[in-house]
Amino acid sequence: MAVVARGRRLAPAATAARKPFDWRGAVGKALIYLVLAALAVVFIAPFVWMVSASLQDVSDMFRWPPQWIPRSPDLGNFALFFQQANIGRLFFNSAYVAVTVTLFQLFTASLAAYTFAKRRFPGRDALFLLTLGTMMIPGQVTLIPTYIILKNIPFFGGNDWLGQGGHGWLDSYWGLIVPQGASAFAIFLLRQYMTTVPNDLLDAARIDGASEFRIYAQIVMPLCRPALAALAIFSFSFQWDNFYWPLVIVSSEALRTLPLGLALFVVRNRTVWDLLMAGSVVATLPVVIVFLLFQKHFVRGIAMSGLK
Amino acid sequence: MSASAAALPRAPIPRRKRSVWREVRKQWSAYLFLAPTLLLFAVFTVVAVGYAFWLSFHQWNILEPVKPYVGLANYSRLIADEAFGRAILNTLVYTAASVPLTMGIGLLIALLLNAKIRARGFLRTLFYLPVVTPLVIAAIVWKWLYNGDYGLLNYYLLELGLISEPLRWLSDPNLAMPAVIITTVWKGVGFAMVVYLAGLQSIPEDYYDAAKIDGADGLRRLKDITIPLLTGTTLFLAVISVLGALQVFTEIYIMTSGGPLRRTTTIVYHIYTTAFKNFDMGYAAAMAFGLFAMMFAFTLVQLRVMRGEVEY
Repeated sequence: MAVVARGRRLAPAATAARKPFDWRGAVGKALIYLVLAALAVVFIAPFVWMVSASLQDVSDMFRWPPQWIPRSPDLGNFALFFQQANIGRLFFNSAYVAVTVTLFQLFTASLAAYTFAKRRFPGRDALFLLTLGTMMIPGQVTLIPTYIILKNIPFFGGNDWLGQGGHGWLDSYWGLIVPQGASAFAIFLLRQYMTTVPNDLLDAARIDGASEFRIYAQIVMPLCRPALAALAIFSFSFQWDNFYWPLVIVSSEALRTLPLGLALFVVRNRTVWDLLMAGSVVATLPVVIVFLLFQKHFVRGIAMSGLK
Repeated sequence: MSASAAALPRAPIPRRKRSVWREVRKQWSAYLFLAPTLLLFAVFTVVAVGYAFWLSFHQWNILEPVKPYVGLANYSRLIADEAFGRAILNTLVYTAASVPLTMGIGLLIALLLNAKIRARGFLRTLFYLPVVTPLVIAAIVWKWLYNGDYGLLNYYLLELGLISEPLRWLSDPNLAMPAVIITTVWKGVGFAMVVYLAGLQSIPEDYYDAAKIDGADGLRRLKDITIPLLTGTTLFLAVISVLGALQVFTEIYIMTSGGPLRRTTTIVYHIYTTAFKNFDMGYAAAMAFGLFAMMFAFTLVQLRVMRGEVEY
């Protein structure tokens, strides 16, 4: 590097024409590639092994040395897993909850974000501060009371009007979805984005007699598509991954989500690795596909989360 | 309501109260738009936190109707509880190891990828894949890799001659926590990398050109330009990662169930068993506030320590 620097200072015009071969640079580049390749192998190995194992027969899976390339790949494990773990149900539950929560959050957050960004009304700043304040409270603190609140929701799950006698929203889709319906993080992100929408546009619409809801739905929302997309992907993958909450409130088999179903499989010592690897592939594939298709939004989402 | 009333235009002072009310009525739809959000926050955050606080002063086995008031007993029990102390220690070990490792390796990969190399996009995707993998799946796959008899890890360590007999990764009290930490690092490095890459790209190229002309070599430029200018990024990552690490649960639940010999029982795992296995709700609520206090203190300290260095 020093060679380059000195050359530039002495004869800036000539360097490009007769630059000597940069040995130090070349060795450095080679070293970089080497380190990256080694790291890449370590990072990707668990995936390759998971996919490979899912296609192998049990007897081949336990063979030493490990068979990276299946000797006779087949989908038998998947078929078996579909039968044994009722994976269709797990998959449906995961998808249903993740999609519903995502839409729910986008709806509540975009309405709130529009209001905080573009309206003036008494109490706005206090309410916005309150919203931001909820982000500081860790889920652990609200988890136990939320569990008890759900148990006492009146008229549901066998409860009377005082919320007694049954299990309320515990062990139900309601309980899986509703408490996650508002996200302060989503509101904050969308509000930041919406403040960039020019006020003139909204005022023009107001003069033309458009209602606030129409301005929100037909002007602001279409302009916020990139932010909404990034948020939707974030929220979906977070929900797809969600484990703790379903673990706490779901008790019946019919409501288990994919992570919960697979985790209970492992913890109950049913170490049927062939089936588990098949299940893992099934659970990973959707998020990986979503990620590969919408990579740009993922990266933008991270950049939007207050980094720049 | 009065806090932002001052911000309202054309509010005559003597009739202030009435005009606030008029403004509220005029802007009624704003409150309607906020209603779903505020209702959810009111129930599941405001009421919930208050209820948790109330619970922490009571003893309640969820199955019984009586909830006797016990004053500060739950909190004094917390201080004397050896199992909770153990859980704090385990959590601190986990945090102290996993956060610097994840951020360090993430920074290393980001720097390497930033060196104008080929296949950069491809490699970035590859390193990010563990991040999008569901945590439960990562834990399951790694549990299988750690398997004492057939695990891939033991196979290659034996092949390379690094160990002479298979290690019982997850059932050896001294190895279980390191094993969990390795999994966490593998899962988290990609996130640190992407954040650092974004940080690196915001450093102007001119700084490096100027340093080159002044004769600063690569290491010097890294130490005096890159690292200092990444302080903001590092701070952000440190705060987020420490908060996450202090709440570790899923890996523990799947890979070790808190064992062996409670060596991997972390705070949240302990809260989980206290609340939903032993149904000791009041005590678990007190623990949750203990964790909250810890998280708060950690964040404050990090902000304080880093603030001195972040000015440029």
